[in-house]
Amino acid sequence: MGGSRSRRATVAGRAARVPGGRRLAWLLLAACLAAHPAAAQTGDDEFRTLVGELAGANLRQKEEIAGRLLATGHGGVRDVLTALLEDRLFEREDDGRVFVVESNEEGLATFQLLDPATLADAGTIAPDRLDRIITNNRLRRFLRTGIARFDSSSPDAGVRLEAVRELLRSLDDATLDLLRERAAVETDPDVAFEIETALSVEALDDPDPGVRLAAVERLSGRLNPVVHNRLSALVRTTDDGGFAEPDEAVRAAATDALWQIDSRRNVYSVLETVAFGLSLGSVLVLVAIGLAITFGVMGVINMAHGELMMLGAYTTYVVQLWMPDHIGVSLLVAVPAAFVVAGSAGVLIERTVIRFLYGRPLETLLATFGVSLVLQQLVRTVFSANNRAVTTPAWMSGALRFNEAFALTYNRLYIVLFALIVFALVLAVMRYTRLGLDIRAVSQNRTMARAMGVRTEWVDAMTFGLGAGIAGVAGVALTQLTNVGPNLGQSYIVDSFMVVVFGGVGNLWGTLIGGMSLGIVNKLLEPFAGAVLGKILVLVVLILFIQRRPRGLFPQTGRAAESV
Amino acid sequence: MKAPALRLPAVIADRASVAFLASLAVVALVAPLLNLAVPESSPLHLSSYAVGLIGKYLSYALLALAVDFIWGYCGILSLGHAAFFALGGYAMGMYLMRQIGTRGVYGHPVLPDFMVFLNWEELPWFWYGFDQFWFALVMVALAPGALAFVFGWLAFRSRVTGVYLSIITQALTYALMLAFFRNDMGFGGNNGFTDFKDLLGFDLQSDATRSALLAATAVALGGAYWTCRAVLASRAGRVLRAIRDAESRTRFLGYRVQDYKLWVFVLSAVLAGVAGALYVPQVGIINPSEFEPINSIEVVIWVAVGGRGTLWGAAAGAVLVNYAKTWFTGALPDVWLYALGAMFVGVTLFLPRGLAGLLPVRSRDA
Repeated sequence: MGGSRSRRATVAGRAARVPGGRRLAWLLLAACLAAHPAAAQTGDDEFRTLVGELAGANLRQKEEIAGRLLATGHGGVRDVLTALLEDRLFEREDDGRVFVVESNEEGLATFQLLDPATLADAGTIAPDRLDRIITNNRLRRFLRTGIARFDSSSPDAGVRLEAVRELLRSLDDATLDLLRERAAVETDPDVAFEIETALSVEALDDPDPGVRLAAVERLSGRLNPVVHNRLSALVRTTDDGGFAEPDEAVRAAATDALWQIDSRRNVYSVLETVAFGLSLGSVLVLVAIGLAITFGVMGVINMAHGELMMLGAYTTYVVQLWMPDHIGVSLLVAVPAAFVVAGSAGVLIERTVIRFLYGRPLETLLATFGVSLVLQQLVRTVFSANNRAVTTPAWMSGALRFNEAFALTYNRLYIVLFALIVFALVLAVMRYTRLGLDIRAVSQNRTMARAMGVRTEWVDAMTFGLGAGIAGVAGVALTQLTNVGPNLGQSYIVDSFMVVVFGGVGNLWGTLIGGMSLGIVNKLLEPFAGAVLGKILVLVVLILFIQRRPRGLFPQTGRAAESV
Repeated sequence: MKAPALRLPAVIADRASVAFLASLAVVALVAPLLNLAVPESSPLHLSSYAVGLIGKYLSYALLALAVDFIWGYCGILSLGHAAFFALGGYAMGMYLMRQIGTRGVYGHPVLPDFMVFLNWEELPWFWYGFDQFWFALVMVALAPGALAFVFGWLAFRSRVTGVYLSIITQALTYALMLAFFRNDMGFGGNNGFTDFKDLLGFDLQSDATRSALLAATAVALGGAYWTCRAVLASRAGRVLRAIRDAESRTRFLGYRVQDYKLWVFVLSAVLAGVAGALYVPQVGIINPSEFEPINSIEVVIWVAVGGRGTLWGAAAGAVLVNYAKTWFTGALPDVWLYALGAMFVGVTLFLPRGLAGLLPVRSRDA
């Protein structure tokens, strides 16, 4: 205790000797980054000492130390500051030395220490022997800007782009000098565009109205939120009744530019809503395809459909337990595994319960509901009633950014893709395989199919198994969207029946179009009506729709339709 | 052997009906007696908890009767009857909420607690009149009846039948559940109504009120049974069974099938609403989870277990299954869902006529 107090006193004393700490830090930094990046190379030991000072410093002093670290131009600066930003910089309690920790993930028994200057292995240690070096919002903003300055000269154009966007949020003289210099050497058009945006934003403060006007015109239609803020500030009235921008031509141009930005944003927000709708629709299609087979083709109302999805979801969980080191591929392994697990459960249900109830759809509804209760309780007995965590693999996280206003997360993209692949496979099985031919024959005319030598009993079991297996595959996808628990299936059962009935029973294309359109309509309604009311509206519209067209969007025609 | 003093109306004079109504009368008389008149120390004493439980079972039995009336005799499998039950319950709940008056947590003379909590200034229009008991009674029948009328008018006119009808009734109750979960609907959001004080000035916590409610439920169940029997014995009742057995043929014979179905559906919804209204004061709470799709399916199971198309079987099934539920969830909570699931599968596979099919008595119109 006594040791640490005295160390703090030293640091405080040293900080007090630095006049106007923050400004000096920026000046130093600007000097060495902008003018001679390699001029002030610092040795590893000196660098380590400087990092070590972070341990006892208060937040204001930490900011000043971070500034001096940046000024050193040492190769380890970026890693140390990133570690500080991500709460991975720790002080060792035994000797007060500061280390970077490789990963501070919760639940780790030991932390891997790295030397701050060289990032070399510095041994492992129990987390309770370390003190985290804490940060606050202000310091984190400072760190982000500092790192962005560093990154603005990275060889990777993507890193440079992010860095310039970060710098754009807090423009000051040093940053602008840096950006001007970058503008001269920048070759990547996207980065050059963002630098131009930054310099134009700065030019809005120029005393010459002509320069301001040109800047406003350049900024017209640019989607960066900073641009929108600055332009709307220009046309705002001040307290004394005048305008923030004295020149009328500039104001008119700014209003016009804002209109351009808003209309572009509206286009992208509609695109985004449609994309959200498509991904919701894909989920609906996924959960309904299996039902389209069991209900649509066989006429069996399978209330245990949701629980078969739940089995698929739990299969994913178990697969991840088996291969904790390969989370990335675990989902791909889980897809066939879930198909087999849920499919065999389906065949078992068909052989033991459903085959006695053909032609009595209301009774199958009751019996399969009983099966669903048993399956739920089974899962509670085996896995407990608590939700299970399924890890999202790294390739599923992140987003595809088109521009500042429009980005799609990868998991949404993958779910659309996955639904389409599953749909195409089911369609191919139904159309091109012997099993598909048999299934269609039996569903159209059971007696005739049997007379032609089709083993109808076997086909029934396989059809139900196929539908159940696809439910399991849908369950794998659901692990990425919702909690994996015993009630997972129940929440989707009404939705999936509505999709099948809306699309038209016995028509796979109807299921696809029905699911997608329900998803989009749902998302389009959400901004106006709210999520819950939107859903209620969709249900009411569906109920009314079924009155108008009791056989769905694409009704079956011909003889088969009569018996349904 | 003649009983000249007592002449039952012909529609309920068969052996099954007599046995059913007699046992109802016995329950309605004996349960309050054992609770109120027998001292607590006596082994024959019936606890107040048990009285409440029996009352709850009887209101479930009335709901099951309503479902059996349309499923067993007209072939309409509604998987949304819990919605009508809950609507009746909400109507009664609104009356009970207004009876709380200044005794609520916030002590507001007019607004129920949850409205004060949501900073509402005045009572929404659809709460007017619920301080009057007669108005609440009218709404108990009118709210579910009107919904059933609109829904049935649309559905039966466009000949939505069988599985499709079952699925859209599920959607109906699901949509209502989502709606009632919303706070700004004015029905207490996900907490619903609770903390009731009294009904017509009688304290809901007192044993006498509980016994009276039990007796009232038994009377309502008996009355509903009689009403259904009377309808079934009439010419319309024969048309209903004809619709169940051959809908198209009945239509070709010139009957307006959709009209018959609509009225029987509305009557059944009203009975379900009455059941809900009797359920709420005995249980002391009503919230949107009553609308859950699974509840409606469970009602159908009671009917299937007891015996579809007998009325008394449905009522008995409701009591039996719910008694089993109470017992299992107390003694073996983990086994209950297995048992219920096995019951569903077993009854549909092996007892298509339910437990009633095991008995030697034959209903006249099965």
